[in-house]
Amino acid sequence: MKPQGLFARVALVLGLVFLYVPIISMIVFSFNNSRLVTVWDAARSPTLKWYTALMRNEQILRAAWLSIRIALIAASCAVVLGTLAGMALTRFGRFRGRMLLAGMVTAPIVMPEVITGLSLLLLFVAMGQLIGWPRGAGAVTITLAHITFCMAYVTVVVQSRLAGFDESLEEAAMDLGARPLAVFFRITLPLILPAIASGWLLAFTLSWDDLVITQFVAGPGSSTLPMVIFSKVRFGVTPDVNALATIMVLVVASGIAISTVWMHYRQKRRQRDLQLAAAANL
Amino acid sequence: MALLARLEPRGAHRVTGVRLTQASGRRLVAGVPTLWLLVLFLIPFIIVFRISFSEVRLAIPPYTPLLSWHHGAPHFEIHWSAYSFLFTDPLYVSSYLYSLKVAAVSTLCCLLIGYPMAYAIARSGSGTRQMLLMLIVLPFWTSFLLRVYAWIGLLNNNGVINNVLLYLGVIHYPLALMQTDFAVYIGIVYSYLPFMILPLYANLEKHDITLLEAAADLGARPWRAFWRITVPQSLPGIAAGCLLVFIPAVGEYVIPTLLGRADQLMIGRVLSDEFFENRDWPVASAVAILVLLVLVIPIVLFQRLERRELEAAK
Repeated sequence: MKPQGLFARVALVLGLVFLYVPIISMIVFSFNNSRLVTVWDAARSPTLKWYTALMRNEQILRAAWLSIRIALIAASCAVVLGTLAGMALTRFGRFRGRMLLAGMVTAPIVMPEVITGLSLLLLFVAMGQLIGWPRGAGAVTITLAHITFCMAYVTVVVQSRLAGFDESLEEAAMDLGARPLAVFFRITLPLILPAIASGWLLAFTLSWDDLVITQFVAGPGSSTLPMVIFSKVRFGVTPDVNALATIMVLVVASGIAISTVWMHYRQKRRQRDLQLAAAANL
Repeated sequence: MALLARLEPRGAHRVTGVRLTQASGRRLVAGVPTLWLLVLFLIPFIIVFRISFSEVRLAIPPYTPLLSWHHGAPHFEIHWSAYSFLFTDPLYVSSYLYSLKVAAVSTLCCLLIGYPMAYAIARSGSGTRQMLLMLIVLPFWTSFLLRVYAWIGLLNNNGVINNVLLYLGVIHYPLALMQTDFAVYIGIVYSYLPFMILPLYANLEKHDITLLEAAADLGARPWRAFWRITVPQSLPGIAAGCLLVFIPAVGEYVIPTLLGRADQLMIGRVLSDEFFENRDWPVASAVAILVLLVLVIPIVLFQRLERRELEAAK
């Protein structure tokens, strides 16, 4: 093996250890039964008491429910807006305002969150004064803010998928007399559906997880789950947050595992279909 | 097929009809997201810019208006006080420079760790490659906040790292790891590493192996071939990864608040404190504008790289 190959492999293994040690330690300590939170008490552990404590924590449950509702709405709206923007940027060639749209759409991805949060709050305040809406900060302003930064990610995902296949299929359908809407729903949409699905999931995760922008645009009484977690952990480690983290890691890991298996299965079936088609042509 | 449609009179008629609805449909498709971003992304920055030239006052909203009416005549007021305040108070200057330093060092660390990782993934077999990519992306799908929080449990005085080192007898009293620059670097590198690895991988995967073989045939040693061929080819990936880490790291708020020093704040925390604790909207806005001024060039660079990448995919 070449020397840089060996070096790279060692780095890869160490890097993966670095990525997973904190997550694994959180999972392990969620079963710890000790007065010192980060010292493992072998005599009395493992325990499930932090999980039962979590299930009885009204504040966390309420915040989680609010976060789920916001993430569902924000991800769905972001997918629609992001798909429109992705279509416009990859399929319309040059048009007036293209530079403006292209410039604005990727900026929220890299923009420091404090700046986005501050600017959105100042917008909502100004709007409230000018047109009387939105009335104060809350779930509505949080959702509007989340749609804005989530749609940037959806656009990038959809855009790269659209750039990945050429327009000949769409052009063929147009030449056969299909209207643009029909072309979109019967040709383009099925082709970019995987990108839309992963864009939605990405948007849901980002919305569910966002703290900084949310803190700016949230009002009293509209605490999302990250806000509750942040106020709990700001002053140290709390074991019920470990339990919460474990649940979230398990949900995500099983979701990714299922989708990987599903994609693998689909790909295999596609290959088999292609082989059958090739055989039929012989 | 296009020719046939044009030859047929009825078909031709239909095509012009389609063209007309298509034009207004297109305007709608491009217009809706553009309008959304104008209202919720661009205009907010104009408002921030405008408030940064006001003075704080005790009212709702807590800043002076830019345009007011005095005895029937418009009176235009621009205050530079927020900016002059920022430049004269050493606290702001130092946290500004500190943020740039932290972001630069963390970006470099991410590159040094991420490059060999991306290289190893790009050179592995296609089956393991998918597995490895999934392992890199998986932490990214779990909560960012909780992953930063996990480091508190590791770095604390009675945390996991200190306990293990004490148990092994490497140290005799706990190391102060929390609330240090080191903890902030660890937190940023840990959270942003996937952002470095993925663009690097996307670039390295496309490299032509035969170039390296040719270099080897001509007698180049592997390391030399790596430095002269692989590294120059991967520069766009390096640039994209570094920008994706550096830009958000400058304004990072959660990581320094949970893991960092109390005596040296980063600029994102300063902005948030000015807004929430001091309720000084003009100064908070001026901080945002000054941070944006430094980041404008990297952000534009990043967008150009992205565009070139998309065009290459076509």
